[in-house]
Amino acid sequence: MSTDSQTQEHHAGDISHPTPKTYAIIAVILSVVTAIELWVYYIEELRSLLIPILAVLSTGKFALVVMFYMHLKFDHKVFSRLLVLGIILAFGTFLALLTLFKFSHPFGLL
Amino acid sequence: MSEASHEGGHHTSLGVDSRKLGMWIFLASECLLFGTLIFTFLLYRNKGIEEPNIPAEILDIPVTTASTFVLLMSSFSIVLALHAIQTGKIKSFQRWILTTAIGGIVFLGFQTYEFTEFVQGGLGLSTNVFGSSFFMLTGTHGFHVAIGVIWLLALYFSSLRGGLKVDGALKVDTMALYWHFVDIIWIVIFTVVYLFAVV
Amino acid sequence: MTEAAVQAPHSEYGLWSWLTTVDAKRIGVLYGVTAGIFFLIGGVEALFMRTQLMYPDNTFLSADTFNGLFTVHGVTMIFLFLMPMNAAFFNFMIPLQIGARDVAFPRLNAFSYWVYLLGGLLLVSSFVVGAIPKVGWTGYSNLSSSFFTPGIATNFYVVGLLVLGTSSMAAAINFITTIINMRAPGMTPLRMPIFTWTALVTNFLLLLALPPIAVALGQVLFDRTFGTSLHVPSGGGSATLWQHLFWVFGHPEVYILILPPMGMVSDILPTFSRKPLFGFSAMVYATVAIGFLGFGVWAHHMFTVGMGAWGAAIFSAITMLIAIPTGVKIFNWIFTIIGGQFRMTTAALFAAAFIPLFTLAGLTGIMHSSPPIDWQHHDSYFVVAHFHYVLVAGSVVGIFGGIYYWFPKVTGRMLSETLGKLHFWTFMIGINLTFFPMHFLGVDGMPRRVYTYQTGFNFDTWNFWVTIGAYITGASMLILIFNIFKSLKSGAVAGPDPWDARTLEWSISSPPPEYNFVELPQVTARDDFWHRKYELKNFQPQPDNQQVHMPPPSYWPLITALGLGVFFTGFVFEWYVLPFIGAPITLIAVFCWSFEEFEM
Ligand code: HEM
Ligand SMILES: [Cu+2]
Repeated sequence: MSTDSQTQEHHAGDISHPTPKTYAIIAVILSVVTAIELWVYYIEELRSLLIPILAVLSTGKFALVVMFYMHLKFDHKVFSRLLVLGIILAFGTFLALLTLFKFSHPFGLL
Repeated sequence: MSEASHEGGHHTSLGVDSRKLGMWIFLASECLLFGTLIFTFLLYRNKGIEEPNIPAEILDIPVTTASTFVLLMSSFSIVLALHAIQTGKIKSFQRWILTTAIGGIVFLGFQTYEFTEFVQGGLGLSTNVFGSSFFMLTGTHGFHVAIGVIWLLALYFSSLRGGLKVDGALKVDTMALYWHFVDIIWIVIFTVVYLFAVV
Repeated sequence: MTEAAVQAPHSEYGLWSWLTTVDAKRIGVLYGVTAGIFFLIGGVEALFMRTQLMYPDNTFLSADTFNGLFTVHGVTMIFLFLMPMNAAFFNFMIPLQIGARDVAFPRLNAFSYWVYLLGGLLLVSSFVVGAIPKVGWTGYSNLSSSFFTPGIATNFYVVGLLVLGTSSMAAAINFITTIINMRAPGMTPLRMPIFTWTALVTNFLLLLALPPIAVALGQVLFDRTFGTSLHVPSGGGSATLWQHLFWVFGHPEVYILILPPMGMVSDILPTFSRKPLFGFSAMVYATVAIGFLGFGVWAHHMFTVGMGAWGAAIFSAITMLIAIPTGVKIFNWIFTIIGGQFRMTTAALFAAAFIPLFTLAGLTGIMHSSPPIDWQHHDSYFVVAHFHYVLVAGSVVGIFGGIYYWFPKVTGRMLSETLGKLHFWTFMIGINLTFFPMHFLGVDGMPRRVYTYQTGFNFDTWNFWVTIGAYITGASMLILIFNIFKSLKSGAVAGPDPWDARTLEWSISSPPPEYNFVELPQVTARDDFWHRKYELKNFQPQPDNQQVHMPPPSYWPLITALGLGVFFTGFVFEWYVLPFIGAPITLIAVFCWSFEEFEM
């Protein structure tokens, strides 16, 4: 949160955005990955691995949108830090809460 | 709410526009908002459920896949809109921004269909805690999409009336960040709420 | 910049100018005055409660009224007094301290204020309609369910907090953007005044802690209005979910209340010791560390709920960790005073008194962090003593320091030092007599939130003296009010730099012109003003009476806030037409807002 690059290299507007072609490739990848997710979902043999596989695939989709469509890859790093801060806090807090409700409130759902 | 004491070209400490920074700050807090909703859903997912409300059976994966696809593609169309306005192609901008708005409306249509199906199938908002947390999570998301659609249409009509000349690219950029965020939240919801339902 | 924007009528006086102002300094004054009034309301509520508790088996108040009073007192003090009072200082001081002309989003700033005011009025109106919420400031479920608290009283709590949260959220986005992006050239992070640092961390806490409680409040609202059971065990909901979500917000909230006063103290002490803040960067890191750790300790409020050994142990350990950065701060303040030329002004006295008082609050806090001890203290007067040492002996004392320190900057006039010292000493006697014996009462077993007690439990004597202390505190407040009114009329003229201070806000005239700085300062050092005064010896006052183009006033923030107010009021009174009126008003106002000519 304390980024201070007094550098003026990042001006709103003149960031070197990817071309529409890159955008289109990303769109294709996103669609294909969604299709794979669906396929994994319907394969009974993969049920035990469903959560890890889908977690990886969706994280990939998430990352692609964030990096290219939201151009975090090319933008000022303060933006990425803000998003990471929000995600880490949300993840940490709610993982802890789910764990608490699973193990620490032992009489079921209090 | 687009305003900033310093416009794009003026000096700011980071050299970025305040409106865009403000949007990212807002999105950081949105992570916690949806985090809470998803957490509540996960907590209540399998609680007190009886026939016919088993999540894996009631959730309609094919329909939701279609709506997911539409939302993903609307993220694609809005980057094209942004690219168009950045390169000064106003006509192309208007086409893509309208496409995006329509994508949002189609998504909302799917959601309305889904909600009606559930209610007719016996799962209402207050039927059980699974239903409540499901409707509140997806409903909040839908609300975000609806706000986004209004915003997109505002940008579209503003551009038809010759607006967006001065700092249109920045306004679209800021809006697009919001739109993509709503999209990535849906990526998470689709996986965690819909696809994980079978385990 | 368009012609219209330049020539827009720019009224500087009168009601209309206040209703449409977007100047952060004026908004700061609005926040301060409003919060001050709510402080008095909350104080009177406290005095009512203390009068009831003065004698055993007293019948001055009914149990029901008492429940309402402690609820509204807690909510008023926290959400309507302390947080907005901090926001008052943010508004006035952040732009000045970082060398900016205004905040990043002036209209959003006005919007935050109006939403806060409406939220406050909404809560107060519960008295008018005779439906006072009685669920405590913690609003625990399932007491808050429509089964246990039917009627609209609890709606005031639920909806009121949602409205106030909206205001704080908008303010947080605004202040974070301002601090990150509007600093004067050369104002690197580690050159920012420490108050601005605490403001930054506080606003991050608000930004990230408000959403969980907003969702939880929304869930309770749904439970109450649409018949869901998310917090109703008989309908399959969890009884502990609310507690968790509330405290996920609630613990960061206590830092939201205490960090800004800590920042004020850290700005005041160096000025009156004529010495830089000891261990400046350590202070910054400690503030950030407290902010982070503050998110990982919420369940220490829930030890008695039962979490098993591991849960309790982990939350206990992280809580104890917070003592480390807190200790760093305490030693930094002490070493700032030691070796300096300490000047005993009222501001300095309040700031110095903050140190031992807050330390005491911290010590009892550390005691609660141990689960077995907490089981003993929980819901007893010991906890009441603890959090009043944090909030009154800590936050309020720090804020009083801030008021004495910055009043000359805001108004151009000095507060009377004689009255100030009288206020200081009576306040010290008052609060310590009020809150210190509460420790004894708690250890002796007097429960919190009871409207009376029987004689014969050893509670009588201390309760009597506690009430006397509360009256002394109340009287002491009258001195402050008198001092403020008197000084506004006839206080000594302050001049730009009455304290020979260190930070940028003192380099411009008092009160500052609308545009703050004609030329943005070029910052070259921490405590840049001091540096220029005494090290470079090249300080040049800013030229006065300049024409600097500032954003024009706007009434859209007010109208947007009104729309939102109508929307939410519908949920309080269960008149569901109002949301359908409020929502379009809000929407249209936001529309006009975003198409308004507003450039700088
Ligand atoms: C002279 C000043 C004050 C006095 C005499 C006073 C007195 C009291 C009393 C008697 C209670 C009820 C305790 C109980 O029955 O459990 C209470 C509760 C409370 N007070 Fe104060 N108070 C004062 C100032 C403040 C301030 C300045 C704050 C915060 C900024 C504050 C925050 C609270 C809170 C949060 C509660 C708990 C409410 C609840 O139980 O839900 N008080 N106070
Ligand atoms: Cu706590």
